[in-house]
Amino acid sequence: MVPLHSYLILGGILFAIGMFGALTRRHAIGILMSIELMFNAANLSFVAFSRYLPESALRGQVFAIFVITVAAAEAAVGLAIVLGLYRNFKTVNVDEINLMKW
Amino acid sequence: MTASEISFFILAVLSVAAALVVVFGKNIVHAALALVLTFCSVAGIYVLLDAEFLAAVQILLYVGGITILILFAIMLTSRISGGGVRILNEQVGVSLVVVGGLLLLIVSVLWNASFAGSAPPPVQTTPYIGRLLITTYLLPFEVASILLLAALIGALILARKEKE
Amino acid sequence: MIEQLVQRLYTLSATWDIPPLVVQLLLMVVVAVIIILFVSVSVMFLVWWERKISAHIQARFGPMRVGGWHGWAQSIADGIKLILKEDIVPQAADRIIFALAPMVVFATALTLYIIIPFGPGLIVKDLNIGVLFYISLSSLTVVGIVMAGWSSGNKYSALGALRSAAQVVSYEVPLVVSVLPVIMLAGSLRMTDIIAAQEKIWFIVPQVVAFLTFFTAALAETNRLPFDIPEAESELVAGFHVEYSGIRFAMFFMAEYANMFTVSAIAVTCFLGGWRGPALVPFLPEKFWAVFWFLTKTYFLIFVMIWLRWTLARLRVDQLMNLGWKVLLPIAFLNLGVTGVVMVLLG
Repeated sequence: MVPLHSYLILGGILFAIGMFGALTRRHAIGILMSIELMFNAANLSFVAFSRYLPESALRGQVFAIFVITVAAAEAAVGLAIVLGLYRNFKTVNVDEINLMKW
Repeated sequence: MTASEISFFILAVLSVAAALVVVFGKNIVHAALALVLTFCSVAGIYVLLDAEFLAAVQILLYVGGITILILFAIMLTSRISGGGVRILNEQVGVSLVVVGGLLLLIVSVLWNASFAGSAPPPVQTTPYIGRLLITTYLLPFEVASILLLAALIGALILARKEKE
Repeated sequence: MIEQLVQRLYTLSATWDIPPLVVQLLLMVVVAVIIILFVSVSVMFLVWWERKISAHIQARFGPMRVGGWHGWAQSIADGIKLILKEDIVPQAADRIIFALAPMVVFATALTLYIIIPFGPGLIVKDLNIGVLFYISLSSLTVVGIVMAGWSSGNKYSALGALRSAAQVVSYEVPLVVSVLPVIMLAGSLRMTDIIAAQEKIWFIVPQVVAFLTFFTAALAETNRLPFDIPEAESELVAGFHVEYSGIRFAMFFMAEYANMFTVSAIAVTCFLGGWRGPALVPFLPEKFWAVFWFLTKTYFLIFVMIWLRWTLARLRVDQLMNLGWKVLLPIAFLNLGVTGVVMVLLG
């Protein structure tokens, strides 16, 4: 039996990788993908907890379903924004989009 | 080593390696395909955790829905030849420090934590999750449906061409 | 009988000190080989069948020479030709993804055979999530198609991949919604439970609307005509697999026919009573008739798919989107609601 800690540490590693990507990628879609990674890492921990902790009674899995729902909504709106960016700026690199900066 | 330990090890290595490609991949399409691999290995880990319904939902929504949308958007926005450009911005150093600190924090907390023993899983998770969703979690369920509707309309309005 | 054999194998391995993992792996390999053999043989038969049916619909004869009687060996000859052909990778292609794409498509098609119930006890693994497994894994096919289209470095391929992505995302929703009433009636996602729930009446009788929407959406999911806009020979040459030749092309081709079989088998399980059917000749065992009826119904549905292909014209992209979102989806939702209300009223 794999101990609960291995799942949680795997979740932590995935979350860290995703966060690094979200902070550093220049491609807007790359940032979106990194955020999806972070969602997955969180979900992994939820599911692991709901499997191992006696009093949880599948709450973790239900929460993971809600996270997936929100992730789907986020992806749809996010990609629509990326398409809008591309139409207006002809680039999808977020650091070249600096109209509101000075 | 039991079969579940070997499977966990393989899936964990796969998911982390694919996640690294997602973040550091030069080619954005390769990154998106690596994301598919990460999602699939996480779904495999869900199966190890007796959450087969969630594993199926994960593949259905993440792989069949979100990644396809992402690939679609990539093909619409980038010229197919996209090599040689910088893929990371100038915040790499700061981000490394922040992320390294976070990872250290998570691991050190987990190292010292101990959780109460393990529970036997319910035999059939799917009907149980369904019942939970329409009894205990009815309100979040309805809120989620409103959120999806709002996202649907929002995405439509954002992606539509504005009238000149 | 099969369960006893497996049990014998496990006890035997325990006496010889072989870890059970080895036995599990061995069984997996055996099952995989059986599936691959079944798929290859049934695909060869299906290709020959499709060519003969299409020929007769158009008042031709089709292949007549190879092998003697009505050219039955034509597919075998074609297969040998495809295996012996030179393997061509275009210069503009992304080599790794170009090589991986047909494998993804083919492996997905094979994996789906795990949940097909050929007869009582003749199912590789009767998963708890049965139908959901089919729905979720079938969406992996499109990842392979997009990989193929993008990696070929050809604008026709890329267009085919884009169309395929749009098509599958749009038709997955009506597909899921039209299976839901069946799951509600059976109260389970498990394939054997769904078949058991059809003991009195096949689900196609109360759910004829769901059957029609499911079948239409499934046709679109398998890229069959009239929904084959990702390949569309006459406008996109062959869409996502223009650049593929030889054995790689053969994998796409086999996967398409394997998927036709899977879709028909799922439709038979959910709507046409699965393996249920009368024993026509009493002295043969019950299992034989189960497999016989299952295959007969499945091949009948495949025949309908081929028939549709040579009857209907290809849809335009906008027509396809309209049909999916404005016709199929509202009908499927309406049917779902009506089913729920009727189930509550009847208790």
